[in-house]
Amino acid sequence: MFELTKEQKMLVKMTREFCDNEIAPYADEWDRTSRFPAEAVTKLAKLGLLGVNVPVEYGGSGLGEVEKALVSMEIARACSSTSEMFVVQLLVNGILVKNANEEQKQKYLRMSCVEGKLGAFGLTEPGAGSDAGSLQTTAVQDGDYWVLNGSKCFISNLGPNEGAYALVFAVTDKKKRSHGGMTAFIVDRDTPGFIIGKLEDKMGIRAAAVSELILEDCRVHKSQVLGQVGKGFNVAMSGLESGRIGVAAQACGEAQAAFDTALEYVKQRSQFGKPIATKQGIQWYLAEMATKLEAAKLLNLKAAAMKDRGEPTAMNSSMAKFYAAEVANEIAAKALQIHGGYGYMKDYAIERIYRDARILTIYEGTSEVQKIVIAKELLK
Amino acid sequence: MKCIVCVKQVPDTTGVVAVKEDGTMDRSKMAAITNHDDLAAVEAALQLKDETGCEVIAVSMGPAPAEGMLREVLAMGADRAVLVSAREFGGSDTYATSQILAAAINKIGVEADDIVFCGRQAIDGDTAQVGPQIAEKLNLPQISYAADIKLEGKSVVVKRLLEDGYMMLKANTPCLITCVKELNKPRYMTVRGIMECYNKPLNVFDYNTLKDDPLIDATTIGLKGSPTNVYKSFSPPVKGAGMMLEGADKSTVDQLIGILDSKHLI
Repeated sequence: MFELTKEQKMLVKMTREFCDNEIAPYADEWDRTSRFPAEAVTKLAKLGLLGVNVPVEYGGSGLGEVEKALVSMEIARACSSTSEMFVVQLLVNGILVKNANEEQKQKYLRMSCVEGKLGAFGLTEPGAGSDAGSLQTTAVQDGDYWVLNGSKCFISNLGPNEGAYALVFAVTDKKKRSHGGMTAFIVDRDTPGFIIGKLEDKMGIRAAAVSELILEDCRVHKSQVLGQVGKGFNVAMSGLESGRIGVAAQACGEAQAAFDTALEYVKQRSQFGKPIATKQGIQWYLAEMATKLEAAKLLNLKAAAMKDRGEPTAMNSSMAKFYAAEVANEIAAKALQIHGGYGYMKDYAIERIYRDARILTIYEGTSEVQKIVIAKELLK
Repeated sequence: MKCIVCVKQVPDTTGVVAVKEDGTMDRSKMAAITNHDDLAAVEAALQLKDETGCEVIAVSMGPAPAEGMLREVLAMGADRAVLVSAREFGGSDTYATSQILAAAINKIGVEADDIVFCGRQAIDGDTAQVGPQIAEKLNLPQISYAADIKLEGKSVVVKRLLEDGYMMLKANTPCLITCVKELNKPRYMTVRGIMECYNKPLNVFDYNTLKDDPLIDATTIGLKGSPTNVYKSFSPPVKGAGMMLEGADKSTVDQLIGILDSKHLI
């Protein structure tokens, strides 16, 4: 029923080889030092991976959601921080493709896909997480400009040296708010009043750049409006389902990494005279983990394939994200348990993967929000 | 200008070697990879393509699955590929193989500006004979063990790696160069390359295509015609290089304990 094409298999092979050589060997060091993998970004752009979901005429590789998911899984298997950067960039790519005008696409998509200069998604605020409609950042028109004021938090791909531009969402009509009162802007990093604040010190994905963003009388020309004035909420939502498919793939990749460490460990570790792989309890753990992982991948790829065919994916993309994020955490926890005391030590990769996985059930829509979406579709 | 690159799909011998009763490798039970030295040859050709815009043609002698490897070389940037494949060619030793590949290269055509690239040796046979033998059959000057290549007009200047040093050699084109994996870092396939590789030409040369070439002697090709045969293949017992720890103080002991601990030996 579901088999990869020859080209998709080659794409997976290439990405896996690249990640095995250029990313995986450095993942633990990047985590330990909280060093953003800038060189990985450049290499991903050069290979055409950073623009995997962008049309060729804008510097991308012109592929679909399935290819995006396959590639994201491989990158996440090698390094969660790199994959976090990657899926956010793909989210930004997707929103620009759907909503930007021709000039904006040529400029910003090429900037990211060809030059490797990252874009950020500036929606979340201290008081607006799951409730994206309750933004406080404002944009007031002043002649040919809009003046932005407010603050955003937990913005990925923004850091002291990271991020060339951000998609910033602001209230342009306080009465209408999410129903015609929000507008999206593309704001360049060097715009006066665009201030990158505190770099977050995180539990996991420590090499990913996640920062506060402060907008202080930030003047943005009207040509930087993304989509139409008042349609900002729609712009944000236009990337949602695809974004969920991307994070689901990230979760699958991290789960795979966790599982792989456990599978290797059980063959090496001996207790009571035999490898622990011979113990039925351990075998049952592995079987359960592998089954959940396979189910997560299939849910993910099905949602991606549906999206590529233009079918509605509200429910399937939420199912994919919800399930993959939850089982990634379960698998990481079980893998750590299998490692015993060694799993608690920073010498072992599972310690990092366990921390990295924790954010998956929270960002890009919490598991609770995904369940609301699924239930809403079921009860239509 | 053309660069013709010989590439071979080989079993991955870094793991366990599976052997058939006749002493030859059981390739069906081993992972297939592209020979490392050949990838260096491909990269050398592609770098010349980047520099001069020349055409790069990949040639491989092997069974049908080798087409997948050739598609990967096309995805790296080669322009077209030739698969030399026939039952009559199966089981050929280096003498027979070089004859067949030389005939294939002859059919593609070698012109004044052209360079034939080969890897130094394949990891399954490890003879390093095929490249030089092809050069002899095609009457091409040859430089082996290339660790650096520069094009200078109608000549190449090559740094030839020796065990204890190197020599600098110059040859006019057309010529043949064998490459060591230290020559370069082969590029990855690109996404666009992958999506376009199945649209690039890939021709199959079978026995009928090449049998009338003067370089082919029908009595010296294939398993039966090969002057040499594999007597025995086996995996030697693995012997680690070991690790020397200097010193006899507590810090050395701590280091030893750390290593044994990390390998779960204590």
